[in-house]
Amino acid sequence: MGTFRAFRHMVKDSLDYITHGSKTYHIWMIFLTVIMLIGMYCYSIQLDEGLSVTGMTDRVSWGLYISNFTFLVGVAAAAVMLVMPTYVLKDIDFKQAVLIGEGLAVAALVMCLAFVVADMGGPSVLWHMIPGIGVFNFPNSMLAWDVIVLNGYLFINITIPLYILFRHYQGKEAQSKIYIPGSIISVLWAVAIHLVTAFLYQGLQARPFWNNALLGPRFLASAFAAGPALIILVLAAIRKFSEFKIEDKTISKIAMIVTVAAQINLIMLISELFKEFYAPTHHSESAYYLFFGLEGKSALLPWIWTSIPLNILATVLLTFHKLRNNFKVLYFCCFILFVAIWIEKGFGLIVPGFIPGPYGKIAEYTPTWIEIWVTLGIWAMGAFVFTMLAKTSIGIELGKLRYKKKKVLESETA
Amino acid sequence: MGDKKKWFQLDLGLNKKQVVAGSCGCGKTSGGCGSHAPEPPKNEHTISAEEFDTAVEQELMEETMVGQTRKDGFQQVFDVKMDRRTAFRKLTASLLVGAGAVHTSCSVTAGEEAKEKAQIDWEEQFKGNYKLMTQEEKQATVDRLVRSYQLRKKENIKMSATDASKDVLFGYAFNISKCQGYMDCVSACVEENNQDRNSQMQYIRIHEMKDGEGFKFNEADDNYYHEVPAEGHFYMGTQCFHCDNPPCVNVCPVQATWREEDGLVVVDYDWCIGCRYCMAACPYDGRRFNWSKPEVPEDEINKNQHYLGNRLRKKGVMEKCTFCVQRSRAGKDPACVEACPTGARIFGNLLDPDSTIRWVLENKQVFRLKEDLGTEPKFWYFMD
Ligand code: SF4
Ligand code: SF4
Repeated sequence: MGTFRAFRHMVKDSLDYITHGSKTYHIWMIFLTVIMLIGMYCYSIQLDEGLSVTGMTDRVSWGLYISNFTFLVGVAAAAVMLVMPTYVLKDIDFKQAVLIGEGLAVAALVMCLAFVVADMGGPSVLWHMIPGIGVFNFPNSMLAWDVIVLNGYLFINITIPLYILFRHYQGKEAQSKIYIPGSIISVLWAVAIHLVTAFLYQGLQARPFWNNALLGPRFLASAFAAGPALIILVLAAIRKFSEFKIEDKTISKIAMIVTVAAQINLIMLISELFKEFYAPTHHSESAYYLFFGLEGKSALLPWIWTSIPLNILATVLLTFHKLRNNFKVLYFCCFILFVAIWIEKGFGLIVPGFIPGPYGKIAEYTPTWIEIWVTLGIWAMGAFVFTMLAKTSIGIELGKLRYKKKKVLESETA
Repeated sequence: MGDKKKWFQLDLGLNKKQVVAGSCGCGKTSGGCGSHAPEPPKNEHTISAEEFDTAVEQELMEETMVGQTRKDGFQQVFDVKMDRRTAFRKLTASLLVGAGAVHTSCSVTAGEEAKEKAQIDWEEQFKGNYKLMTQEEKQATVDRLVRSYQLRKKENIKMSATDASKDVLFGYAFNISKCQGYMDCVSACVEENNQDRNSQMQYIRIHEMKDGEGFKFNEADDNYYHEVPAEGHFYMGTQCFHCDNPPCVNVCPVQATWREEDGLVVVDYDWCIGCRYCMAACPYDGRRFNWSKPEVPEDEINKNQHYLGNRLRKKGVMEKCTFCVQRSRAGKDPACVEACPTGARIFGNLLDPDSTIRWVLENKQVFRLKEDLGTEPKFWYFMD
């Protein structure tokens, strides 16, 4: 019963803590709320009129939503790459980064699920997908697998940090016996969510652009570059805006992960490009469309030609220790790497899969404003969720939030 | 044909010598033939469906005003089902979210009709997957849909839930030499299947290709508006090919689309969640999605419907060619076959050795599209 009471207190204290903060904090949260509201309004239009308000058609039937979903699965998976060294190898450096990383994973997963729901034609019958009540096409459908692994992953990533924070909140040490098995599972699971999501596309013989054995591994590599890159940026922001101490060593170590992953990703990109363009077949047309356009249709050219140079530039800069250890350069690299991979693994991957169509028709896709605002709204929601999670865990880790310790809030409101 | 198969293969028994008359000529793999299974009690249902249809016909003749107090044919049918419906309601009551529907159905002041409408909506919202329904459940949902239409539009429709019959596997052949690109099939299909007129949804696409250049689909025009046949061109129609190993069915996360015993690949519009994964998986551009609410002018609605076929759809669900299940299971040719002025379209039962389609397969040089994908379409092309 005592545990239960403590838990109730923790929830209450966190809520208090979340609603108090500096001016910057409030402005930030209001900003996110406004974007979320606009997104919700646009989504209500979409609910009302149907998906015809988006740019998607029978020819290109997945667009911005599924692109962002795909990318964010990668971010979610990568956040946990930091877990392994900390919990298992007892690498103290990462300890603070990990709670942030897992918070990021949770936020990314929430966004993933929101994007999937936004993409559905019939959100009111989504219960058809709930195992037990609905009918689940398991194990045949990769989407069914994806639903399972994503929700499982969400569960793991909520429970582990919750356990640790809860112990710390009570002023006790978290028992490694309990959370280490959990973290090992979550690391394996992270690989699984990413591979399964890649299989979703890889398994379609109808779409040669996706039906490619390298897709899964490349997903992993790019995710382990983009995810930690985002973590570095977030840690930098946290360092700036809170008293939470994050050592330079931690950031340098994560930068190392980013660098290696970015290098591997680049190698795989070269291998893919070689295959598509050295001996082009009928199946290379999608890639050709992506990089050079087909029959005068070239909507994706500006995007992919932004992505590739940014990707190369970031990888090259990161490769040099001197440059990487300069934090200004590092942050810049992380930012452009993140953008590059968002383009490449987002609609640079999804849209060309549909172009040319099964009979060679080239119909292009341009997202509408409604679609864009819904997307922004979901990103804002992710940022909102993450800010709340991060603030609470920082509060607990700094000892500001403690069971039976009153009035810590004053210092915050100041 | 080897015993061990490394991949799926459509087996019509074409390679075997014709077996004794009366027994079934189908192979064992495709599952298209039910004759190896013990006699199923399917016939019982067919009768009751017929009975229902007679009731509807009577109804149509009598032209009873809806909402009259006297017991009409429909209400009789509904009364019988009442027990099961009550049970169903109890089961789903715990799922109660949209309290509005129930509120109306319980309120005393609301009219009888509104109550019934609300109850139908409620049961429709929480019904199961058609594929897994028992015969009675299938009939019940069909009854509800018919009644709902009657309540809303004050008009009667006829909807069937006829199941696949055994010893039937539908197949289709397309004569490239005959097709002149008139597109009569396209308009017949749109009218027969109540497709959305706003977005001009069409299941069939006719590709106009240049003579002497072979099948260059990417250079073909599938959206022409000029006089046909155009000089120096030939035409080829595509639609859903009802693959025997359909990738679209495998990927659906909720089993809202499946292959029926007679080879038709169908969609349960009420179970589909609109994820469009099947659309991405189809290599033949066979599927169409309702991006907005489909509209069919009232006087153009085809009232002879099938649950899995041309009944009215809603927004956000997938649909596709069903080889006109409402016609083909009633022993008729699909609308496109009937409409074609040149006789380029041939439809029939692949398991019947005397059918035209079998004659074509056995006597013409036939081919299918993208055979390397292993989807085994039941749609063949041939030339004279
Ligand atoms: S043609 Fe496409 S939609 Fe039709 S059965 Fe084959 S894969 Fe499915
Ligand atoms: S769109 Fe409908 S039929 Fe197609 S895969 Fe999704 S749920 Fe299944």
